[in-house]
Amino acid sequence: MNRLINSFSNTSLNTGMKHSIFMRNFHSTSSNWMFDKILIANRGEIACRVMDTCKKMGIKTVAIHSDVDKNAKHVEEADEAVCVGPAPTGLSYLNIDAIIDAIKKTGAQAVHPGYGFLSENAKFVKELEKIGVTFIGPGSYAMHALGDKIESKRIAKEAGVHVVPGFIGEVDGMDHVIKIANEIGYPVMVKASAGGGGKGMRICRNDEDVKIGFRLSKQEAKSSFGDDRMLIEKYIEDGRHIEIQVLSDGETALYFPERECSIQRRNQKVIEEAPSPFIDEKTRTLMGEQAAALCRAVGYKSAGTIEFLVDENKDFYFLEMNTRLQVEHPITEEITKQDLVEHMIRIAYGEKLKVKQQDLKIHGWAMESRVYAEDPYRNFLPSIGRIKKYIRPSGPGIRIDGGIFEGAEISTYYDPLISKLITYGETRKGVISKMKKALDEYYIRGVNHNVPFLRDVMENQDFLDGNFTTKFIPNEYPNGFEGYKFNAKQIEQLAVAGTLCRYIEQHKELTNQSNTARTANVTPDEYYVAKVENVRHVLRFAPKEDEEEGQSFFAHFLNEEGEVEKQFEVELIDSTPEFMKVSINGTQHRFQVHEKGVLFYNLQFHGTKVPVTILSPEQDSLFEYMPVKKTVDTSNSLLSPMPGTVISVGCKVGDKVIANSEICIVEAMKMQNVLRAPRDCEIKAINIIPGQVVEVDQVLIEFK
Amino acid sequence: MLSRGLIRSIYNSRSVLRNSATASLLKNNNNKSNNVVRSFSTGAPMTAPPTSYVYESQLDRVMGRIQEETERAALGGGEKRIQVQHSKGKLLARERLDLLLDEGSFREYDMLVTHRCQDFNMEKVPGDGVVTGHGTINGKLVFVFSQDSTVNGGSLSEAHAEKICKIMDKAMLVGAPVIGLNDSGGARIQEGIASLAGYAEVFQRNVNASGVIPQISVIMGPCAGGAVYSPAITDFTFMVKDTSYLFVTGPDVVKSVTNQEITQEGLGGSKVHTTKSGVAHLAFENDIEALKKVREFVTLLPSNANDTAVRDSFDSASREDPVLDQIIPDDPNKPYDMLEVIHRVVDEGDFFEIQPTYAKNILVGFARMEGRTVGIVANQPKELAGCLDIDASVKAARFVRFCDCFNIPLITFVDVPGFLPGTNQEHNGIIRHGAKLLFAYAEATVPKIAIITRKAYGGAYDVMSSKHLRGDSNYSWPSGQVAVMGSKGAVEIIFRGKGDIAEQEKIYNDKFANPLPAARRGFIDDIIPPRLTRQIICEDLEMLKSKKLSNPPKKHCNVPL
Repeated sequence: MNRLINSFSNTSLNTGMKHSIFMRNFHSTSSNWMFDKILIANRGEIACRVMDTCKKMGIKTVAIHSDVDKNAKHVEEADEAVCVGPAPTGLSYLNIDAIIDAIKKTGAQAVHPGYGFLSENAKFVKELEKIGVTFIGPGSYAMHALGDKIESKRIAKEAGVHVVPGFIGEVDGMDHVIKIANEIGYPVMVKASAGGGGKGMRICRNDEDVKIGFRLSKQEAKSSFGDDRMLIEKYIEDGRHIEIQVLSDGETALYFPERECSIQRRNQKVIEEAPSPFIDEKTRTLMGEQAAALCRAVGYKSAGTIEFLVDENKDFYFLEMNTRLQVEHPITEEITKQDLVEHMIRIAYGEKLKVKQQDLKIHGWAMESRVYAEDPYRNFLPSIGRIKKYIRPSGPGIRIDGGIFEGAEISTYYDPLISKLITYGETRKGVISKMKKALDEYYIRGVNHNVPFLRDVMENQDFLDGNFTTKFIPNEYPNGFEGYKFNAKQIEQLAVAGTLCRYIEQHKELTNQSNTARTANVTPDEYYVAKVENVRHVLRFAPKEDEEEGQSFFAHFLNEEGEVEKQFEVELIDSTPEFMKVSINGTQHRFQVHEKGVLFYNLQFHGTKVPVTILSPEQDSLFEYMPVKKTVDTSNSLLSPMPGTVISVGCKVGDKVIANSEICIVEAMKMQNVLRAPRDCEIKAINIIPGQVVEVDQVLIEFK
Repeated sequence: MLSRGLIRSIYNSRSVLRNSATASLLKNNNNKSNNVVRSFSTGAPMTAPPTSYVYESQLDRVMGRIQEETERAALGGGEKRIQVQHSKGKLLARERLDLLLDEGSFREYDMLVTHRCQDFNMEKVPGDGVVTGHGTINGKLVFVFSQDSTVNGGSLSEAHAEKICKIMDKAMLVGAPVIGLNDSGGARIQEGIASLAGYAEVFQRNVNASGVIPQISVIMGPCAGGAVYSPAITDFTFMVKDTSYLFVTGPDVVKSVTNQEITQEGLGGSKVHTTKSGVAHLAFENDIEALKKVREFVTLLPSNANDTAVRDSFDSASREDPVLDQIIPDDPNKPYDMLEVIHRVVDEGDFFEIQPTYAKNILVGFARMEGRTVGIVANQPKELAGCLDIDASVKAARFVRFCDCFNIPLITFVDVPGFLPGTNQEHNGIIRHGAKLLFAYAEATVPKIAIITRKAYGGAYDVMSSKHLRGDSNYSWPSGQVAVMGSKGAVEIIFRGKGDIAEQEKIYNDKFANPLPAARRGFIDDIIPPRLTRQIICEDLEMLKSKKLSNPPKKHCNVPL
């Protein structure tokens, strides 16, 4: 029983911890007084991120959470936590009344909204003003003016910022949209005035696209932001998305070096870096000064971000201003050595900026990979489930802003962001190689995730050259992501790693004991056949003599005649059930070990999981006799690409549909996904009704 | 691309007594260096005497005949039947042994035995359709027989049965497991009653060996009629998907008697036996995978009833798992995956599950704790809420009894809301079948450790390795609820629907829906933090290593069958 008490006592001590005034002043060196307690009106990694700074400043933290999040990391890390409602965000994280109650109950003096949720909700800010609680962000005027995409465009234009051609105003009704779209000229972008994070946003290339895109974006905007006002503007193709972080205390407006956010899919950023490999000092200054001018024009008072689209001539256009902390703020922090959250808190408290424009110089390089629970092989559709195993990389130059731990549930209710993996260092090249290593050491099981994709990008030549636009993903992966393409040398390395796995397995099994006669001289096999992606290698694998047992080996690759064709010196540096670090001819390689099959090992190498079949010569020579198993033909059915809820079904039994026409919509993680007919066909059966919850690979609709 | 010739030659050069003749026939490979006959003095391969000798001694002539018969035995049913066997996706009897046993460890017995049938001009092939002998698996001694369906369809003759009996007797003598690779058309009809006698001789030995040495049957082809009862008596029956069948009477007889049309697969294929009947414990994709898994399985088992299965440990006994603290959902009606609990507790997450597709509401299987083999029984809340029903009781009872026979400690994870209600269950005898599991746990004298993860309700609480059934260590997680029943039913009985039901349920829950009442009475030894489960089990297993407990002397007990 004692063990029970001890093991549980850690958490209870934390939640009851009291900070004395002395402690607070001790931490908060540059100020005599500060907020006593801050409520963080968010969840996940950003809530944890804000709490880290609060802790550093000696400020007590209050977490809010929905009932399903009661064991979440942000709750665990807070000094106090209040449940504000059930899982759906509208009833919890967007539930202003419940959050106001939580503030009153806990006596928090300020609220940090993080990003998303209520971070740009003027109504929430007004409610806070009513009860005299500080909102850590801009005032409601600036938020209203800039958070609204239509209004901000007008202001920017007046402040002398170059804006994208488009209709400055709210569009109203389908006919109006199509009329304006034709006036501006295709392609156009339809987006929610209150939008962000890629939600409520569609690129349209013709009238038909506009019809669908406008409707879906409007619905998404309603469910995500509770505001379905839409705007429309010219869509500039092949641009770069580059943004400027600003910090303003109402008098002084400072700009930070730019962030390059062009690597996007479905208008959602995936990889960001700072600075941009494309921007020169002159453009940087120009962009920064325009951004600062905009801040001054509205008397901005907090941290914010001005997003620009930059074309190949380095001409830039104002897109929008985000009046909140951005997801990708850590890269700016890492190259300028500033704590943006701390600045936000201090400005909100009424302090003036002590940092000067000349302090915001670029120190080295930083890059961020957003690690999402999604399936890169299935067009990045969200993946849900329990994180069964979670091992984070660590080391100098690696920062992880994460909001989950092992055992956490990724549900359809919230954003599927697992963490932000940030690497920083002296040079871009060094930062990329650190990113590769960190991705190789990032072990996530239980849900699909985009690490294989991120890892693949890190070896893409155009990416390495810094030569890319927002079209990078569709251009480089026209058929979607299909996994890393292993070259012959890497196949050999996989063959060696798989053989080593089998060797270790045999070695372990041979330690068994029994009270009957034993053959003492049984050793692991000497010969192996390794099959990787239809390439077959024959190996002789033997421990090196006079070396520590089970650590150093020779792997000989044999040719047709049985002669040694290649020799590898193999050294097992580290091996856990999850990882294997192997040196092959002096170069270190990291393999993640996924499940073990009867005859194969699933190894993750260069981010991509690949089955490596290892056979003994006996097994190999007899393999040809094994029957080939039939696979189920699914071409006559539409399978659900992800778990989610059916929103609508756009066809009836007996309908003849043409290829690519919309036949149903499945929503997951607040994203509506249109499922289309794979070919011209007749509908044979519909197995779903709107509102039904469906599993991944469930047969939704059958065709004739 | 490398040629198969290289592999073939590596393979051939390693096989002792392999079907080198077969290989050479099949591949036109005239390399005789793998000849099966070995010199009596040096053990080196002998070749037939050169024909140029003028004088041929008696010994030379005998040598020639030994050579000839051995080659015939190695070839089995001949090239044509070998091709047929391969075309069905099945391997030859000797090929299977090559995959099953450690390289070069096989020692064959009775290679030259032939049948004694005088009728019907029966073809005589040395070996008579079964290859028998001993060898090792990961160094561990095992006795094996492998039926050769290319010889008279692998049918069982008197001599064939005698060969099997011989290795079984030997296995009993030294205390080593017996593995039978079954691929036989059934009784040798031409031999009549002699064949049936052969079956019975095997059955008797199966029964005598039961509980003394582990017996494993791998069904790798047809196994019909009387033949099915030997696998049925053995401890474990494994099948190969799509190529193996088990039935007492085949589709033809079924058709003529009941007029029902059914395929072999539908009547007694691996799917039927691993999901519906529970006759088979596991099914594998093909011969190669089956034999690889059997190797893994045998390595887990002790060799006999006096042996302890242990290997080196590759996982820390003190490994904590914080995820276990959060694995039980708040809502008592929400399921979770008990398999994940098992994976998180056992060595390296390695769980060899038995009957994973049959009676899925209970999980049974083997794992290691600090290298020591343990048997795991666990209710699975994901299926039928983890209720005990007829199939689950029988599945777990047989598993518990196997573990008890072979000194394998039992670890039980309990989350059981009770026995499954219903006429189907009652009419089919849940009382009788449920009693089997109760009996098995009560009778078992091996170390018994039980962890209540959530519900332990009613009679099912008693059954699942409770303290009252001589449980050695009984723990509960803080989420445990040891009670006669859930609050809803209990409140109805206690208050008979009068008063505020919600309030009454709350009172009942506060009183009983927690581990405290059981802890106060000592029915559980401790309430443990889930994260320390592995550590505590490892410590207890070490403490219980020298446990000595025996049941009162008796001829044998009378299990409710």
